[in-house]
Amino acid sequence: MAKSDASRVGRRGFLRGAAAGAAALASTPPPAARAQDVPKRGSTPLPSASQAAAETSPPPPRADVYTTSRPGSDFMVDVVKSLGFEYVAANPGSSFRGLHESIINYGNNRNPELLTCCHEESSVAMAHGYAKIEGKPMMIMAHGTVGLQHASMAIYNAYADRVPVYIVLGNILDATYRRSVVEWTHSVQDAAAMVRDYTKWDDAPVSLTHFAESAVRAYQIAMTPAMGPVVLVADAVLQEEPVPEADRPSLRIPKLSAIGPPAADAAAIHEVARLLVAAENPVMVAGRCARTPQGLELLVELAEVLQAPVQDRPFRFRMNFPTRHPLYGGNLGEADLVLALEDPDFWQATHAQTPVNRMGMETRSTSKPGTRLITISSIDLNSKSNYQDFGRYPEADLAIAADAEASLPALIEACKRLITPDRKHALQERGAKLADAARRTRERALEEAAWGWDASPITTARLSAELWNAVRKEDWSLVSDVVFLSYWPTRLWDFTKHYQYIGGQGAFGVGYGAPAAVGAALANRKHGRLSVNIQCDGDLNYAPGVLWTAAHHRIPLLTVMHNNRAYHQERMYVQDMASRAERGIDRANIGTSITDPNIDYATMAKAYGVYGVGPIENPDDLAPAIRRALEVVRRGEPALIDVLTQPR
Amino acid sequence: MRFLLLAVFLTAIAHAQQPAGNAENGKRLFARDGCYECHGYAAQGSRDGPRLAATSLPAQVVINYVRRPFGAMPAYTPKVLSDHELADIYAFLKSLPAARPAKDIPLLDQLRNE
Repeated sequence: MAKSDASRVGRRGFLRGAAAGAAALASTPPPAARAQDVPKRGSTPLPSASQAAAETSPPPPRADVYTTSRPGSDFMVDVVKSLGFEYVAANPGSSFRGLHESIINYGNNRNPELLTCCHEESSVAMAHGYAKIEGKPMMIMAHGTVGLQHASMAIYNAYADRVPVYIVLGNILDATYRRSVVEWTHSVQDAAAMVRDYTKWDDAPVSLTHFAESAVRAYQIAMTPAMGPVVLVADAVLQEEPVPEADRPSLRIPKLSAIGPPAADAAAIHEVARLLVAAENPVMVAGRCARTPQGLELLVELAEVLQAPVQDRPFRFRMNFPTRHPLYGGNLGEADLVLALEDPDFWQATHAQTPVNRMGMETRSTSKPGTRLITISSIDLNSKSNYQDFGRYPEADLAIAADAEASLPALIEACKRLITPDRKHALQERGAKLADAARRTRERALEEAAWGWDASPITTARLSAELWNAVRKEDWSLVSDVVFLSYWPTRLWDFTKHYQYIGGQGAFGVGYGAPAAVGAALANRKHGRLSVNIQCDGDLNYAPGVLWTAAHHRIPLLTVMHNNRAYHQERMYVQDMASRAERGIDRANIGTSITDPNIDYATMAKAYGVYGVGPIENPDDLAPAIRRALEVVRRGEPALIDVLTQPR
Repeated sequence: MRFLLLAVFLTAIAHAQQPAGNAENGKRLFARDGCYECHGYAAQGSRDGPRLAATSLPAQVVINYVRRPFGAMPAYTPKVLSDHELADIYAFLKSLPAARPAKDIPLLDQLRNE
């Protein structure tokens, strides 16, 4: 903290050097001050021996004032290490320079290792993608002001996606320590206020002991379903001031408690099981049900016990269920019971908008009259008011506020107990019909994929099929969303493992895709998995510097551009508005095109040190391009293929 | 049976009223007026709109739907898209070749056998 500012001595432990420094200043007052500062004769007591010695002795060496053997940030690193972080992502910032230095030197830049990011939004979105693969948070650091402002959209995405991100903010709370206009403008009374509406918890500790306790508490809160981002302010004075000798023995790091996710109570479980077993056509809707690989296995077990289908449209928030499983699918319109598991938009799943009012004010239920609706969701445990990510009130018959994955084991056992041999026979017959329907759905998908097979721009079906052919024998992980691809990867590929799909943004904040893919690929790296990112062009342009981060940190990742040269979703909305207004239906491209000039993504990739090729316009050129790029990725590096694609 | 006869009758009328269109101009309009946004440049269909290439729907059915859609599609009134222009678009859609069967495309055939 302001080591070069010799006038500031207040809270430092270096009394000796500070006193000497003050004496040196006193011995050479500025000329304008001399006359008025001359003390009146007889009004000043004689100096003590120590004061006299300070005034007459030469000042101590500069290094004695400047150096410290034990800054507070070293202890902060001890705390961070105790929590098991593998990485800390940051765009460097002066308000956390002490912590930065301690991480790389005191902590030897291992566990956590510092990841150099070009934008705070990239830091958070990388942590977002990482957590969805690794199942635990990455730490990020940012200025409490300008850095957090950059990071805020990505934090909202993570919050809405119920993903833990551990955010440490630098800030200089004590005004006397701010040494320039830079540090004044980078300081804030309440740093976390800006994101408090969309984080789970925050604190601004005023001592190192306080920091340690809050750091552990923050981790526990972030990881308790419903998970979410947390913020911890690392005050710069605490970071940079030495730990007083007397305080060192008392500093300790609290242990991190084992986390028991909140499961539904026994009575509720029994009631849900009773209804499920009795239902003729139950359908399960999985939103963010599978938090872990075990969640996927449990959902498969429940579906098989009941011979009931599982679906995850329209947004596919997580890898909940194998896409070629015979029970993947189901028809909500025919259901007599719908069980929603961590679905953040259940109302949308059971309703349709009328064509009369496109803003959605007039709607109708798509469920049969009398259909029972049941929700199990941890979202109900963590409600906030301002941001409206909680969605429309679903009018469930039974709403259970609990973590779905944690509730599944008891639900499975309860269902097993209630299924009689006769009922089991009926369920098997139902399962056979569902399997047949799933097979027909798959055959239909293959026939649909054939339309436009040779078209240019390349169809998203062809793109997905070519990619699948290239990766299907690898241990692959799709680290991007499928919604803008008309779901073709999940319609064609054989998704079986939890890490093979991570869902989307959470709050649909664009700019998430590229950094989340890099973060997820980083998590996949130590497992030797091949990470594949089908990258929307508009999304990449928010913070393309993450390509450099991928190259710099040798993160293997195959990125294939879904380059439709437009903010296409918005273009469709503008088209809709033009049709409503009965004018200019040929002008929706204005303000939504990413053309003139076309962006050369291959050259962009090369500029960041990433292998780049394209644009690929002929679908027959796709397979060879993918093969060459995969050779680069297998060497442990990122690669990008620019592909001109159909809009969706 | 009554419903079947009615459907046949309506289809016959629709065919009888089917206006001739200019496929080349229809292709231009399909791109210019944003049809491709949901249905794809090749009218292959997408998440946001069904396949229209080589449609088997009669022209009048398509035109009626464009005027009064009941899904997520915007309504296009005659003020912005005339019947004549719609007929051209329809002619373009009819001119598109049917897709090859999936079994005749090696990648898709491979997927069938996985």
